[in-house]
Amino acid sequence: MTLLFLPTLIVAAVAVWLGARLLARRRQQGVRAHSRPGQFGTLALIWTVVPAVAVLIASAVVTPALEQGLIASGAPEAVAELEPLRRNAFFADARAVADGQPAARIWEPPYAELMPAEGARVARIAGRLDLAGVALAALAALAGALFAFSRIRPEMRARNRVEAWIVGLLFACSAVAVLTTLGIIASLVFDSLRFFASVPITEFLFGTQWSPQTAIRADQVGSSGAFGALPLFAGTFLIMLIAMTVAAPVGLFAAIYLSEYAGPVFRATVKPVLEVLAGVPTVVYGFFAALTVGPAFREFFNGVGASLAGGPLDGLGQYLMLVQNQMALVAGAVMGIMLIPFVSSLSDDIINAVPQSLRDGSYAMGATKSETVTRVLLPAALPGVAGAMLLAMSRAIGETMIVTMAAGLAARLTLNPLDTVTTVTVQIVTLLTGDQEFDSPKTLAAFGLGLTLFLVTLALNVIAQRIVHTYRQQYD
Amino acid sequence: MTEAAIPSGRTADADAVRADRLRSGLRRRYARERRFKLYGLLAIGVAVGFLVLLLGRIFDQGHTAFYAHSIETPVYMDPARIDRAYPQGTNFELLVAEQQLARMGVQDDAQGARAAAMRGLFSSELKFLAAERIQAEPELIGQTVRIAAPLADDADLYFKGEITLDTPAAQRRLSDEQIGWLDRMRAEGMVSSHFNSALFTRGDSTEPELAGVLGAVIGSALMLLVTALIALPLGVGAALYLEEFAPKGRLTNLIEVNINNLAAVPSIIYGLLGLALFINWMHLPRASPLVGGLVLALMALPTIIIATRSSLKAVPPSIREAALAMGASKTQTVFHHTLPLAMPGVMTGAIISMAHALGETAPLLLIGMVSFVPGIPHGLTEPTGALPSLIYIWENASERAFHERTAAAIMVLLAFMIVMNAAAVLLRRRFERRW
Repeated sequence: MTLLFLPTLIVAAVAVWLGARLLARRRQQGVRAHSRPGQFGTLALIWTVVPAVAVLIASAVVTPALEQGLIASGAPEAVAELEPLRRNAFFADARAVADGQPAARIWEPPYAELMPAEGARVARIAGRLDLAGVALAALAALAGALFAFSRIRPEMRARNRVEAWIVGLLFACSAVAVLTTLGIIASLVFDSLRFFASVPITEFLFGTQWSPQTAIRADQVGSSGAFGALPLFAGTFLIMLIAMTVAAPVGLFAAIYLSEYAGPVFRATVKPVLEVLAGVPTVVYGFFAALTVGPAFREFFNGVGASLAGGPLDGLGQYLMLVQNQMALVAGAVMGIMLIPFVSSLSDDIINAVPQSLRDGSYAMGATKSETVTRVLLPAALPGVAGAMLLAMSRAIGETMIVTMAAGLAARLTLNPLDTVTTVTVQIVTLLTGDQEFDSPKTLAAFGLGLTLFLVTLALNVIAQRIVHTYRQQYD
Repeated sequence: MTEAAIPSGRTADADAVRADRLRSGLRRRYARERRFKLYGLLAIGVAVGFLVLLLGRIFDQGHTAFYAHSIETPVYMDPARIDRAYPQGTNFELLVAEQQLARMGVQDDAQGARAAAMRGLFSSELKFLAAERIQAEPELIGQTVRIAAPLADDADLYFKGEITLDTPAAQRRLSDEQIGWLDRMRAEGMVSSHFNSALFTRGDSTEPELAGVLGAVIGSALMLLVTALIALPLGVGAALYLEEFAPKGRLTNLIEVNINNLAAVPSIIYGLLGLALFINWMHLPRASPLVGGLVLALMALPTIIIATRSSLKAVPPSIREAALAMGASKTQTVFHHTLPLAMPGVMTGAIISMAHALGETAPLLLIGMVSFVPGIPHGLTEPTGALPSLIYIWENASERAFHERTAAAIMVLLAFMIVMNAAAVLLRRRFERRW
């Protein structure tokens, strides 16, 4: 019904717009009017659509509770005695049966017989409520339109009113950004609080044992999960460190070369290539890390191990021979490559922001280009570069696909790059993609991890943006 | 130069020493300069080399997925085995396998192990094709019909050279005997190689030879449609407000800081938001393009706002002043002049952020797009796959044949992204105005 009403409303709105335009044109004849007929039309349109939509939204909010009350009040005794959850399931199934679909579960005799009649009743109530909502909305639209038509006068300032509505609408658009942030915080905090109610926050932050496999049934063996996230933080940190070891020097040197040495042609060819590298989806990097880099690294280390085994470094050799595909080094190195364009484009901007006079001064003193870069440009750009690195770190910490596909699941407290480690993001994906019941600590733990991740990356971003901002102002 | 003018033997000597030292120092400094420059080139070389390696490797792994082998075999529609009323119930694969063994003169053992092994070489599609034929023309029962069907993934891999006799038999998915049969069938001309159209005309499947990307492509397209319909108006509206209407003040400042930070929030956090807000709270259907599109829209919003604002900034103030001087209101100025002039930049930014959203994976995994969804999606509220999540699912699959298909799916994804980015570049070239 509502779906039928919406096209009708659109048609009505167009009609109102045309009508109000015509009416305004007629009433304006021979008079100096403030606004153009079209603006009257738009105002009338707003007066028609806004009340109707408001009524529709209100009815969508109110109807479910009302519907439940009405359904429950007229229910036969056998159904009314059911516990609320089962009762709702019964009504949902009754409705499905009335619609000619199979019920979701099997109901025993007293209920099975009641089903068709109840289904018809439920459908009738829902239909009437729907109709009532639509009728109210139509009334509101009609009233609004009539009101608008009655107000059309040549001296009325329709344009100002329409424009106030438009600005309000634009403001609402930009408020969505703030609402998104609030939504993120609310959803993370709400579920995290429930998680911290069952797992103390200190245990979560400082515990060294991570095994979130809680039992699905209460009597299952090994039902107590451990939620010490320290190994995850260590793994995240280790991979971030490896990634930065690759990305920071390579990205920085690439930026220096591009901004100080490269000619315009070289720049024009290399920059798009770096952009392509930045545009490759992370799932592709993950695929590459898991199926190409991982096996290659494993073969290399196993080979080195085989040649060392039996020699003076036998222990190391034995260890290297057992290295697996999924090691921190693989995920870290590939992530580092992924971050190169990010670091280099940020650093490029920052180095370019250093005033030319500093360069000229240095050259005038007889310094070579490299001396100018290392002794003048980099010290001058240091805060900006540090900010860029912090932003890259935040990217590395929040990166998900590469680590999910290439780092592994074993939560170990280690700083050995050849070990399998796991990260915060990997665990969020793992916890939320398996079989889950929504209220178990296992799924809630993902929100705890998400909150931690959000706060850490937010802190890094805020600090970095502040540093870069101050740095830029210094040279403006 | 000035020192040379001083006529003193001792200083001249010292000068020579100093000049020497300077020269050698200069040599060192120039060497350092060359080294430094080399490091820069090397860094760029690493990035470019890696990109070449990445793309080359994906092409190398994926190009074999674009063709496939199928087999054309005569099938005697045995009236004793086929149920006229219910042809779908017939085990056509076994029927064909037994007939094939008989034609090749191979004796089966009592358990029918050889027939089972032979049957393993045919795709289960054979059964559906045969059943369809019988259903359409029941009079074919009792006759011999030629049916062309895909080979099973392992047999296909053997013909592509991915499974070879060099591997020890225990580690191979095909036995020596099966490989012998395959060679004989090929020698008899039953096997042909052709373009793998299944890859582009089918949805996901548990069997690699029948799995395709079409379902995921349509799922991704539906998702991007939702994203564009939501993020584009909202993003442009927000940018217009912030750039043209917002009073300078605390609230505006807060919104701006907010947008900058949102742009840097890890994508997986948006997945958590989508899960908590759209699925658990609003009860929208899991894994549907609607939810995926909403999440991607929230993600793309900050980028679109930032891009729109910078192209609005690029419109010179003289345009606005001229319009205002002609008596246009602020709103008329913005909607009749500023926004149309900024539109090419807005569209470019929007397309680029859409391309970015197309490749985003992590949030999709959290809203349920990791489960196996066969077939082609039909609506916004049905569970679907998406291209990036399909890549993730296939990468995790155990069958070898999925590896080449994963690389092929990546090539499809990259192709879409290249097309979108090229469109953005063209748009920029064609319509961009320098003021």
